[in-house]
Amino acid sequence: MTPRATRLIGFVAFAGFVAFIAVLPSFVSDFKAQQYAYVGIYLIALLGLNILTGYTGQISLGHGAFMAIGGYTSALLIAGNEDFGGSIGGGMKDIWTIPLAGLVAGLAGVAFGIPALRLSGLYLALATFAVAVALPSTVRRFEEFTGGGSGINLFGLPEITGGTTPVEILGRELTYNDWLYYLCWTIALLAFAGAWLILRGRTGRAFRAVRDSETAAVSSGVSLARYKTLAFGISAAYAGVAGGLFAIANTFVNPDAFPVALSIFLLIGIVVGGLGGLSGLVFGAIFVYFIPFWAQGADLGSLLPDRVIEETQKPGGPAIVYGVVLILLMFVIPNGVGGLFRRVGQLLGRRRRSKVQEPL
Amino acid sequence: MVVAAFADFMQQVVSGLAAGAVYALLALALVIIHRSTGVINFAQGEMALLSTYIAWALITHHDFAYWPAFVATLAISFAGGVATHRIVIRPVEGGSVLRIVIVTIGLLIAINGFVLWQWGGEPRALESPFGIDTYDIGGVVVTANDVGTIAVAFGIVLLLWALFQFTKIGLAIRAAAVNPHEARLVGVRVTWMLALGWGLAATLGAVAGMLTAPTVGLDPNMMQAVLIYAFAAAVLGGIDSPVGAVIGGLLLGLLLNMLSYLAQYEAFDWFSEELRLPMALLLILLVLLVKPSGLFGRPEVKRV
Repeated sequence: MTPRATRLIGFVAFAGFVAFIAVLPSFVSDFKAQQYAYVGIYLIALLGLNILTGYTGQISLGHGAFMAIGGYTSALLIAGNEDFGGSIGGGMKDIWTIPLAGLVAGLAGVAFGIPALRLSGLYLALATFAVAVALPSTVRRFEEFTGGGSGINLFGLPEITGGTTPVEILGRELTYNDWLYYLCWTIALLAFAGAWLILRGRTGRAFRAVRDSETAAVSSGVSLARYKTLAFGISAAYAGVAGGLFAIANTFVNPDAFPVALSIFLLIGIVVGGLGGLSGLVFGAIFVYFIPFWAQGADLGSLLPDRVIEETQKPGGPAIVYGVVLILLMFVIPNGVGGLFRRVGQLLGRRRRSKVQEPL
Repeated sequence: MVVAAFADFMQQVVSGLAAGAVYALLALALVIIHRSTGVINFAQGEMALLSTYIAWALITHHDFAYWPAFVATLAISFAGGVATHRIVIRPVEGGSVLRIVIVTIGLLIAINGFVLWQWGGEPRALESPFGIDTYDIGGVVVTANDVGTIAVAFGIVLLLWALFQFTKIGLAIRAAAVNPHEARLVGVRVTWMLALGWGLAATLGAVAGMLTAPTVGLDPNMMQAVLIYAFAAAVLGGIDSPVGAVIGGLLLGLLLNMLSYLAQYEAFDWFSEELRLPMALLLILLVLLVKPSGLFGRPEVKRV
């Protein structure tokens, strides 16, 4: 296949996917639409993390922290922060807080990216992990600003679009959950297209050069400091947008909404979805959101024998299933779903343009 | 007054060393696996947790006395560690590091789930083998448990050191970790040596778990904080250095207890028990930023 044909197939597939996303709510229940909205949110965070880890080679085990920064930014702006002694303002319409959530988290990403320049590989993973572990207690510590352990409740605020009434948009009435779904997925698809644009050009090439060999990248004139910090910033901004949407969809933030496990699940998501690829991340997001439910046998219902469902509903049962499924996936699809796509593409096409480099 | 303050101080030193000895054991386990497999084993804490529950079950349900149960648990843990490497880690070795990391995270989740599923979430009591006696040494009161913990940890570390230093198998394990290709050429069975490394790490973890349970209480979340302290200890000492892990663990235990002790004075009154964990993380960040190779590690050398 020529590069042009590959790209054409990519565009057609993307258009098909957009159409699929657009009609999906008509075929599923209101509750399911809300669940799929969360899949969209995870997709945004995974796109961001993959830019940093999959494309630039910098492992982050702390991306939940950037989501938390975005989430708290949105929540504080929406709630107006009057209850907590501050005076940010009298509340802001929810959707306008999303770009600000991305901006604040992005700046935090740059700020963290600069000291992180000294670290690579495992050390960076541990440093980011330390941030993710420390975050909940830090949020609790600054109670007057963040609401401490009890968090910030946005439920029922007038700034939340469609909290109580249906949302009218483009002459159509949407239920609250459908509105959330379209909001999250519109941003997710824009984020997807944005990531594609960033990664296909000069910046993306520089990222990949840093990932594949820092020494070679430097000797070809790629500034490590600049591109690593940039990758951190973009990646954190994506996580911040996801966090802002999370706060809006959840109508509540507290430290427990962004636990260490979230950061770990995001990393799991990009590895399952496929490092250094974008389309597989949709499956990564589905995995991250739905496997905890499926592991209880709840969603799969009558597919499984009663005895199995009984055992997996005991405490600890779902975790066993989750862990084992995760390990098996790493055995079966070492390069994630994205890697599987590439393999199928390789088998279908005659020859690849260039050999796909295994990241990290 | 001064004497009393000194005695109080010394008590904190001893209990700090006891806590640090546990961190040191688990940090040593992390270092052994990092040297051989090149990853941080996120499941190390949960493997230790499982071992501790096995010891508890042997004592409670199978009428073992403490020390026979202790030895049996070490044997089971060793076999479990070897099996973990052969079954779970080996298939993903040689690929991307992240894949191995995710597999160890999968193990973490699965083992924690298994413990909860098998034994339930309620706290269990694993009694200290050293009793609840206290000794008064020149005004300094130390508990038998602290002394016993330090003694057992040092004994295990010495045994391990002797194994690595004076036996052929120890030499082979080191060779396999340092240079697998050349080790294979001279007849070392590298994959088995790596598996033995995992077995030894699991055994160390088992000791750490069994020494932690009497003070902290045995429940499915017991090892999570300990694992993070062990991370901090390993980073402090240098993630590649066994000596560093031991000293890092002891220093960390001392440091945290010193802060608890100093919290009675005005200059340190900001310190409270819930800041223990963030302090350890702050230490990780500081060490990584100032001297990423740690106190005893060799700096990373990059080759083109």
